[in-house]
Amino acid sequence: MTQNEPILEVRNVTRAFGPVRALQGVNLSLRRGEIHALAGENGAGKSTLMNIINGILQPDSGEILWEGCPVRIPSPLAAQRLGIGLVHQEIALCPDISVAENIFMMATNASQSMFMNYRALETRARQVLGQMSDIDPATLAGDLPISAQQLVEIAKALTLDCKVLILDEPTAALTSREAEVLFGIMRGLAARGIAIIYISHRMAEIFGNCDRVTVFRDGQYITTFETREITPDDVINAMVGRVMDQLYPPKATAGTLAGAPVLEVSGLGDGRRFHDISLTLRRGEILGIGGLIGAGRSEIARGICRLQPVVTGEIRLNGEQLTPRDYQDSIAAGIVYLSEDRKGDGVFLDMSIAANVSALDIRRVAGPAGLISDAREMRQAADLGQRLNLKCGQLVDPVSSLSGGNQQKVAIAKMLSVNPRVIILDEPTRGVDVGAKAEIHRILRDLANDGVGIIVISSEMPELIGLCDRAVVIREGRLSGEVEGTAMTEENIMRLASVGDERGQVA
Amino acid sequence: MEQTLANNANDGKATPGRIARLFRMREAGLIAIILVLCVVMTFASPYFLTWVNIRAMVMAFAVEGIVVVGMTILLISGGIDLSVGSVTALAMVIGGWLFLNGVDPWLASLIAIAACTGVGAIMGFFVTRVGLHHFIVSLAVMVIARGICLLATGGRPLGLFALPESFKFIGQGSVGPIPVVIIIFLVVVVIADFLLRRSTLFRRVFYTGSNERAAAYSGIRTGKVIFLTTTLCSALAGVAGVIYMARFGSAQPTFGLGMELNVIAAAVIGGASLKGGSGTIFGAILGCVLLSLVSSSLALMDVSVYWQDIIRGSILLTAVTVDHYLNKKRK
Repeated sequence: MTQNEPILEVRNVTRAFGPVRALQGVNLSLRRGEIHALAGENGAGKSTLMNIINGILQPDSGEILWEGCPVRIPSPLAAQRLGIGLVHQEIALCPDISVAENIFMMATNASQSMFMNYRALETRARQVLGQMSDIDPATLAGDLPISAQQLVEIAKALTLDCKVLILDEPTAALTSREAEVLFGIMRGLAARGIAIIYISHRMAEIFGNCDRVTVFRDGQYITTFETREITPDDVINAMVGRVMDQLYPPKATAGTLAGAPVLEVSGLGDGRRFHDISLTLRRGEILGIGGLIGAGRSEIARGICRLQPVVTGEIRLNGEQLTPRDYQDSIAAGIVYLSEDRKGDGVFLDMSIAANVSALDIRRVAGPAGLISDAREMRQAADLGQRLNLKCGQLVDPVSSLSGGNQQKVAIAKMLSVNPRVIILDEPTRGVDVGAKAEIHRILRDLANDGVGIIVISSEMPELIGLCDRAVVIREGRLSGEVEGTAMTEENIMRLASVGDERGQVA
Repeated sequence: MEQTLANNANDGKATPGRIARLFRMREAGLIAIILVLCVVMTFASPYFLTWVNIRAMVMAFAVEGIVVVGMTILLISGGIDLSVGSVTALAMVIGGWLFLNGVDPWLASLIAIAACTGVGAIMGFFVTRVGLHHFIVSLAVMVIARGICLLATGGRPLGLFALPESFKFIGQGSVGPIPVVIIIFLVVVVIADFLLRRSTLFRRVFYTGSNERAAAYSGIRTGKVIFLTTTLCSALAGVAGVIYMARFGSAQPTFGLGMELNVIAAAVIGGASLKGGSGTIFGAILGCVLLSLVSSSLALMDVSVYWQDIIRGSILLTAVTVDHYLNKKRK
């Protein structure tokens, strides 16, 4: 067995969904023991190909070679028998049963015995998990934070004894420390000869861990690079098919930031998840909030706009003290929040685009008698849609008909519909493709230049550093420091997020 | 509207006209089925297309239709109410009992409706404040309200022969050829349909039912919305109970057994989703029409009443199955 003999080869595979040609003759060659990144914008065909390799979909033409022989993979079970394991991007654990039962669900399903041996199950689960974390296998999966659930998903795939492991954006919900652990595990698996297909939008992860990278664009195979021979720009250019000269819009100048603060938060605390949070947002500024997942960043944001209760602290908007009772009061004052979970609580998927845009304050499209004017509602959506360059069919179509990036634009349009003075965005570009991401960044910068105060919570270091003028870092519910200008480096933010700084400042 | 859309159109898809959109609606399919059934029945039975028969058919669902309105709004907000039949009977019994004890029938009716509204408010409290599910709360209230009816009457109907003509008029009278019951029904339907389409308050009902968390994250006080729809549904059941009392001139403690199933079926056939977020009053009323039409047709054709239940259930199953597949195709 030589290292360079491909274990899995995809040749000239096509697949159409009705008139949409999702894959147009793509290739992929996977060697034993390599970590192979698959890159491309959303809709480039990565997921379609993974579903074909995993037997969920069948190709229209082209062939798949397994250890040199052509094979058909008619079902996920067949893929599993060949030795192909897939970890989906979306977590699909059963929340009401234990971690151990989740990990061995497939084995239990195949088992002939009538009764469950819970103790043996937990022991084995502890062995699998032990490599990665100290999750108790007896906990209910639903009680774990998202990042831990992701690790359980990976553990589930590891128990299948596979030769090819597909990881679809496994780090989307992980903190950098957890991601590092995962990368260590990946390298260990690769050293044992397992081939890994690694799907990610994050260049740093691809370049830090992968041997090769294959790029798809619009359902077509573009190229395969050896990562040590190229730079991230080469991959991004191949993905978008154009030279992206500037990834992030220019930052605010000292002049624009000279004005009075828009928002001042002092001593905010909810008595449980966050304590004594004080921060100032200047006019025209984009303020980042960094920190590990679970540090309390979202809770602070929701506390500021009263989506959850606070017990201490005060908020001043343009110098005036605010005492909102609930989020509706906060919206009326001009402070709005965009949730990190777009599909869960950002948009109404089955309602029309226009009805989504107007949801934050429906009275704005209504007449004095409280009756909604369809024409005004449509005009509002059309105006904001144009401003945000929303790509959609009709404004009466449901939001579910849009791509992730455009759904996010609808969510942003919804916030802009109330002419807010401060916008707090929680992971605004999660699950959004590279093109739409740059567009959202540009929109946020334009808003900031128009005088809207913007706070961005992000777990993506490059976004925090590239987009924001200044960033505060939260650790375990407390402010651990602040970085600005040249001090905004991954190292500084990481240090504040994980170990903190006694003085609370990094020079 | 076409113009603003054209500004925004990025893929050059033409905007379909109002007519085209109308035909894609759930209501269009129901109207077609109803018309086909009417044509078939006109040939099958000479009595079908008579004023007496049509009047009887409409009368059969008019009062229940008022409850359907409340149920549809509640379903849109994501709730459900199994207690509507019992609450209707409760309104009859309270109104009847007060009348027999010397209270003016109009005042007695108002008190009865207020009491039913109170029952709805109690359910709303358990759902929004305590955090229990609509299904279980209303199941409990269904049994309790029925128990109160039976306890208060000893299980026997209350004869209300002394009801004044002016009061009986709302249940038995006619304005020209049109029964008052049907007029009340139409007024409720038109108002509810209009408000559901146009008022900001009822738009919040759609937001809440479509995605309660997203609604809360849009600053909508979802607890208040659900409390309101729960209370409104019971209040309308109370209104129906009072009209029944005037129509029958009696208060029957066992009235409305199984009504909740009919009412929910009509709303769901008309396009309301048990998951919340969708439904129309017009559709729900078409659901009522269809169910009533089928019952009446089967009766005219001398089909056993026992078959009617089987057929009604099958229609419900067919409607939701078709709906399910249409939804899937759209996604």
